[in-house]
Amino acid sequence: MSDHLLDVEDLKVTFPARGKELRAVDGVTYTVHAGRTLAIVGESGSGKTVSCRAVVGLLPPSAVVTGSARFQGTQLIGLSDDRMREYRGADIAMVFQDPARSLNPTMRIGSQIAEAVRAHRHVTKPEAREQVIELLRLVRMPVPERRYFEYPHQLSGGMRQRVMIAIALACRPKLLIADEATTALDVTTQAQIMELLLDLQADLGMALMLISHDLGLAASYADEVIVMYAGRIVEQAPAMRLFTRVRMPYTQALFEAIPRLERPAHSPLPVIGGRPPDLAALPAGCSFAPRCRRAQDDCVAEAPPLAEHEPGHRWACWHPCESVEAP
Amino acid sequence: MTSGEPLLQVRELVQEFAVGDRGGIRGSRGGTVQAVTGVSFDVWPGETLGIVGETGSGKSTLARSILQAPRPKSGAVVFRGTDLVTLSGLRLLQARRHLQMVFQDPFGSLDPKWRVRDLVAEPLIAYRVGSRDGRRRRVDEVLELVGLDPAAHGGRRPRELSGGQAQRVAIARAVALSPALIICDEAVSSLDVLIQAQVLSLFERLRAELGLSYLFIAHDLALVKQVSDRVAVMYLGKLCEVGPGEVVYRQPLHPYTRALLDSIPSPDPAAARSRADGHGVRVARVISGEPPSPIHPPSGCRFRTRCPRAAELCAEQAPPMRELATGHSVACHFPLADVARTTARSEERIGETKR
Repeated sequence: MSDHLLDVEDLKVTFPARGKELRAVDGVTYTVHAGRTLAIVGESGSGKTVSCRAVVGLLPPSAVVTGSARFQGTQLIGLSDDRMREYRGADIAMVFQDPARSLNPTMRIGSQIAEAVRAHRHVTKPEAREQVIELLRLVRMPVPERRYFEYPHQLSGGMRQRVMIAIALACRPKLLIADEATTALDVTTQAQIMELLLDLQADLGMALMLISHDLGLAASYADEVIVMYAGRIVEQAPAMRLFTRVRMPYTQALFEAIPRLERPAHSPLPVIGGRPPDLAALPAGCSFAPRCRRAQDDCVAEAPPLAEHEPGHRWACWHPCESVEAP
Repeated sequence: MTSGEPLLQVRELVQEFAVGDRGGIRGSRGGTVQAVTGVSFDVWPGETLGIVGETGSGKSTLARSILQAPRPKSGAVVFRGTDLVTLSGLRLLQARRHLQMVFQDPFGSLDPKWRVRDLVAEPLIAYRVGSRDGRRRRVDEVLELVGLDPAAHGGRRPRELSGGQAQRVAIARAVALSPALIICDEAVSSLDVLIQAQVLSLFERLRAELGLSYLFIAHDLALVKQVSDRVAVMYLGKLCEVGPGEVVYRQPLHPYTRALLDSIPSPDPAAARSRADGHGVRVARVISGEPPSPIHPPSGCRFRTRCPRAAELCAEQAPPMRELATGHSVACHFPLADVARTTARSEERIGETKR
């Protein structure tokens, strides 16, 4: 099991909210393998972002984090800020949704990338500059020597996201977490950035975690997919398997709700009523039960555990969908 | 369905904005943003026309120009037989009553201090519709129509609603005056996919029940196709292609439409890639480059700087919109489909440039 890069076990995150306890992440366990792509998919409030931020220590102080997250054997949960900084930005890097807000508007982009280079390595200024140009070339920025001196507002959204990726790659991380990194981009730009990320992953041998609300994106680009609902993992499988043999009704509902080009115009969309539960008052049973077509009495009484029912395929459901063999 | 007069006729619509010199930083000179350039289309009664485009394509500006907010630079917007461009004041207000709009962010378009009931009543009061009691009944009726419980939700303020519920309130406001056409500008784009499906089917139900027409504007081609009878593709202020959704998707004629279709991540991994050893070769063809600035759009065809088929002619002449099949038009010198007629025309044109 030498290729385990990150092992997350029974991770829980709660926030105090008006005297109640808001359970944002409720016992999440997964493994990121070196050089592979893992996607975590879920709707707003499903805990996908919070669970990742908990791992890299980027949650507000009010958050209570328990459980374990071992990065190459080192326990990250409860690590002091100073010690965490040795990993964050070096071995583990992140790219966020909004590059405009992550970049300093008053600094030239060359200096911003150089800052990241010099934060973890002792290099002279000319050396740093050389590395920055190299990084800009790596993320396929046209005319890197000129871009070096430009400000964020002079770049388009896609180009800014390339700068963010360059910053993330400054220390050649082993794990890159892309949190909705292409959500704010146009579809043609999104395709460019995803191709870039996957090429870089292959070239640099890093692991990639895609945090996204977009099941289609996960299906297209990930090796393995985790689906989260109300703070828990409800299904996990290799991408190919998940999309041919969905077992959890929630995952199936997500699939069906995606507008598909193959569907004729005005065809009725399968609609699931209701909305995700209040995280401060989670039901005792399965949190998807109130919206689930397959729900029965036992679903409301007790929450189904997440278990590996078939090799490599985990799901949390008492009455899973029939497994349909791929044609 | 398409009988009689079109409900909305947009002809050669042009919208431009002057941008000033921001000063200080190199390369930010002032100029004119050509947001919408010579756009023409019809919307027929009971029809949904989808408009797809990326950021900066001018699709939102187009929507606002139709509503005369702000007034377009030139062109005509004929709604139910009257050109809105020639109207002003009260007469414009009256003409616009049957033309409503739903925006992307319901929390940005609903006053946070108002209660749901008052928010939905506002357009009725603005147009002095009915008595106080009549309006109250109409509000209840409309709230029920969009799937909200007047008793439970009527007294709430926007922040006490979820995103989906708030968007339903925005839709209730739009349908309160029994409009003929609703312009939806990215109306479901900020919603989670399950809620998005709920709101989309609400739009579809209202269309059937109230005989509405929509101008459905979004960046998501699959989403637009789902609800539209016809789809128009927009790039940098101009329409590239217009046709029945099914045809545009099966046989796109414009290289940009093809690029858009190829960029959509498919939820079916087998369709999205062919896999060898887990790290598969992806089939998606990625288009290179970035959209040029609308202040200095390329000469001729605006897509030519990113187009794999671009030739000299594309830089010299802007391709006119031509109908290559019934109801399927494209603005391209070298359209994709190898219809015999098309090829003949293209060759003719290549000959012209050589000369």
